[in-house]
Amino acid sequence: MLAKLVKRNKILIGALALLAVITIIAVSGCSGTGTKTESKTENATTAGKSVSLNGAGSTFDQPLFTKMFDEYSKDNPNVQVNYQGVGSGAGIKQLSDETVDFGATDAPMKSEQKAAAKGGEVLHIPITLGAVAISYNIPNVPKEIKIAPDVLVDIYLGKIKSWNDPRIAADNPGVKFPDLAINTAHRSDGSGTTAIVTDYFSNVSSEWAKSIGKGTTVNWPGGVGGKGNPGVAAAIQQTPGTIGYVELAYAAQNNITYAQLKNKEGKWVSPSLEGASEAAAKSDIPDDMQVSVVNAPGEKTYPISAFSWVILYKDQKDKDKGEALVKLVKWMVHDGQNYSEGLDYAKLPQNMVDRIDKMLDTIKY
Amino acid sequence: MQKVKTRLSIGDRTLKLLVLVTAILVLTLMIFIAWQMIVASKPSFAKFGWSFVTGKTWDSVNGNFGALPFIYGTLVTSLLALILAVPTGLGLAIFLNEMAPSSIKTTVSFLAELLAAIPSVVYGLWGIFVLAPWLQNTAEPWLSRMFGFLPLFQGPPLGVGMLAGGLILAVMILPIITAISRDVMGAVPNTQREAALALGTTRWEMIKTAVIPYAKSGIIGGIMLGLGRALGETMAITMVIGNRAQISASLFAPANSLASVIASEFTEATSLHLSALVEVGLILFSISLIVNILARLLVWSVARNVTGGHAA
Amino acid sequence: MIDSADRAITMDLPSNYVVRRYKNWLISGLLILATLIAITPLFMVLGYVVANGIGSISMSFFTELPKPMGEVGGGVANAIVGTLTLIFISSIIGIPIGILSAIYLSEYDRHSLLANAVRFTTDVLMGIPSIIVGIVVYASLVLAIGHFSAIAGGVALAIIMVPTVIRATEEMLNLVPYSLREAAYALGFPKWRMVLQIVLPAAAKGVITGVMLGVARVAGETAPLLFTAFGNNYWSKSINEPIAALPMQIYLYATSPSKESHSQAWAAALILIILVITLNLIARLALRDKNT
Repeated sequence: MLAKLVKRNKILIGALALLAVITIIAVSGCSGTGTKTESKTENATTAGKSVSLNGAGSTFDQPLFTKMFDEYSKDNPNVQVNYQGVGSGAGIKQLSDETVDFGATDAPMKSEQKAAAKGGEVLHIPITLGAVAISYNIPNVPKEIKIAPDVLVDIYLGKIKSWNDPRIAADNPGVKFPDLAINTAHRSDGSGTTAIVTDYFSNVSSEWAKSIGKGTTVNWPGGVGGKGNPGVAAAIQQTPGTIGYVELAYAAQNNITYAQLKNKEGKWVSPSLEGASEAAAKSDIPDDMQVSVVNAPGEKTYPISAFSWVILYKDQKDKDKGEALVKLVKWMVHDGQNYSEGLDYAKLPQNMVDRIDKMLDTIKY
Repeated sequence: MQKVKTRLSIGDRTLKLLVLVTAILVLTLMIFIAWQMIVASKPSFAKFGWSFVTGKTWDSVNGNFGALPFIYGTLVTSLLALILAVPTGLGLAIFLNEMAPSSIKTTVSFLAELLAAIPSVVYGLWGIFVLAPWLQNTAEPWLSRMFGFLPLFQGPPLGVGMLAGGLILAVMILPIITAISRDVMGAVPNTQREAALALGTTRWEMIKTAVIPYAKSGIIGGIMLGLGRALGETMAITMVIGNRAQISASLFAPANSLASVIASEFTEATSLHLSALVEVGLILFSISLIVNILARLLVWSVARNVTGGHAA
Repeated sequence: MIDSADRAITMDLPSNYVVRRYKNWLISGLLILATLIAITPLFMVLGYVVANGIGSISMSFFTELPKPMGEVGGGVANAIVGTLTLIFISSIIGIPIGILSAIYLSEYDRHSLLANAVRFTTDVLMGIPSIIVGIVVYASLVLAIGHFSAIAGGVALAIIMVPTVIRATEEMLNLVPYSLREAAYALGFPKWRMVLQIVLPAAAKGVITGVMLGVARVAGETAPLLFTAFGNNYWSKSINEPIAALPMQIYLYATSPSKESHSQAWAAALILIILVITLNLIARLALRDKNT
């Protein structure tokens, strides 16, 4: 018995050694491949050091950014940009702690966040616009029903409880609504999408502004929470009578039924990229670019639209990285915009691009 | 003999020192984590004091935080998971160890180990796409037809909610309970079983009188491992619990757990909100501590009643 | 035990025996039912993952870097290697700490104050949401180094792994019969050899179960990696750089708008499960007791 155990002990040590060897091979294989890629990169480059930039922040931006950075590295093989969607709040925190080279956020930094930033003054560069679609699931009701701002807010406040409420019917002549209880769905995770929607609710309803307010997570008066766009979409699809909000890109790519909203000019509009771009074009944009464009003027404007910004320090500590970063962000607002609409992101209006260039020229490195 | 001991005592001392240092390291680690959390939750504690534990409002916009709904959600889902997983997991372990023919035993125990290997994010995805719709369309309407007189099964069937959370947790902790119980029961010497059978017991009586008492404290240990997992489980439960800060009697109602609110809101939280979330983590920490103290008392009282065997 | 023996002998055998036989059958039936109930979700989860993921798996999925989201093709090669690397780092930190602490608890000061404190500690550590561990490692290690790295990710995972390993290992060591220890002493083994060469190998099968539960748990963790390993769209050149991991890739794909990404999420989940099961099997085969 004892001898057997001692023998088995040898097998144990052997197994552990084997495991160690395998993993070391795997790790060195990984770093080996890494080195290979790098050497290829260096061959292809005519000038410039190889730079790798790390960025973190908004999950909303991630699909667009990975596409942009992939395209960018084809023309600039010496620059490798690693972006991770960890959430706008976390992106701001990590820029403040200087663990990343740039951040991305769906809501401008608050004054106390700016004060906490270790690297000094932070610039906000608009890169794209997001729009939020109001989606619903009512059996036997056509697509694109019309929902007025006050009706939408009162639905979320729990004041309008049933789909056959006369206030809903008033904007939709000819549509027969069932006697079905309204269930509201919202994002459970802290999200820029929630920030945009609640910003819009606060803008159109003083009652909402007072009782609930705006933010990435709010104390919803009722309804169910779903994690991420898929969670909300699932909540809507599963329960007849549910209304909820999802990112326009998500609604468009998954054929989700959405409603028309009434904008500031009193026009009924469906959510669209042009509607979001129009919100930026018709708004008065201050020089620091930190502005909300919900319920913006303009006949074609879609009212639930908002900027998403790249945030970076005005004083770049590392010359090579700083130079590469400014070049990258410039490319994002110029050539990079060509990739926006294919992925259901709104383009920046032309009149903003020059102003952003000037802002980027103030960065020191 | 004396000579041998002194010659090799370097090895003895080294190992003793090594294990002592690691044990202290583990202890230090927890103190460090706890201290970091206490520091980070100070602003929230300063503002709300003990009312944080009893407060029912969670409003990040106006900076008003109370964690009671999350405590409730965590306890209900974990309890539900235990009620479902303990009998099933133990039943499976007993079946595998004492009854199954060896071919079935190998296959089924391999499958049970697979269940432990599935990452929680995968359980979460399955929970959203398969479990929640099934609950909503089939199980919950049936429960409310049959047992609707109980407040537990009232309200609209939404699919996501405490019931879904408890079920997912049960599936996740079952393999842990089974794996540990099976190993513990496997360690019961065959002489015990043979002695019982020789006295003319049926197989079940043998299991009940000879195997389970011997393995009891290990089984409770396994259940505690499972409960620890259930309390702290984050990703899967976040995806199916419905995420609303409310307390309701119905298992169909959406709720939130301590871990899921942290996972949901952490990445976007700032200042006081962040501090409040860390304090939620601290509460979870304390609940684990209390549960654990209770469990230990239980193990001690069980161990005292067992005669013979290995208990020292 | 003695009671039941008494009863068996003194009671009226035939009629009593029938009742007991029925009871035995009834409970056997219940046990089989419990087994079926326990196995059902496994088939459902696995079946769903395989059905949804198999379509997106091809050779390039194992060899290529991820394509921009929403595009067909590309792979998760860097995430597979990243997850293996993270498991390796966390294992070389976490497994020794876990096993040594368990040895302390079981073989040295079983009932001392320190031992009980460590036991409490491990049970409490097990209940901490993993994201908190990530935050603590971020605040202490990542900020100290100044950037994200595979090392930081590995440390965070090790902290999550340790309690599971300690508790399971201790349970198993406690079950090693005292006679074995006494036999070793009688043969003149010093304690350290008794522990390492007799007790630990005797409990090896159960210890491996514990270690594998720990590894399986960390292999699927997303939240603690967010602020430590960070993720990487490319190959990491060293373990001092941000590194990709499968769970993060799954989560990213699963929450993205496009349907292509969703099927990639299932495929990545399938690979992650296969990876964990393979590690599990390797460990078990290596330690297989040939006599049983």
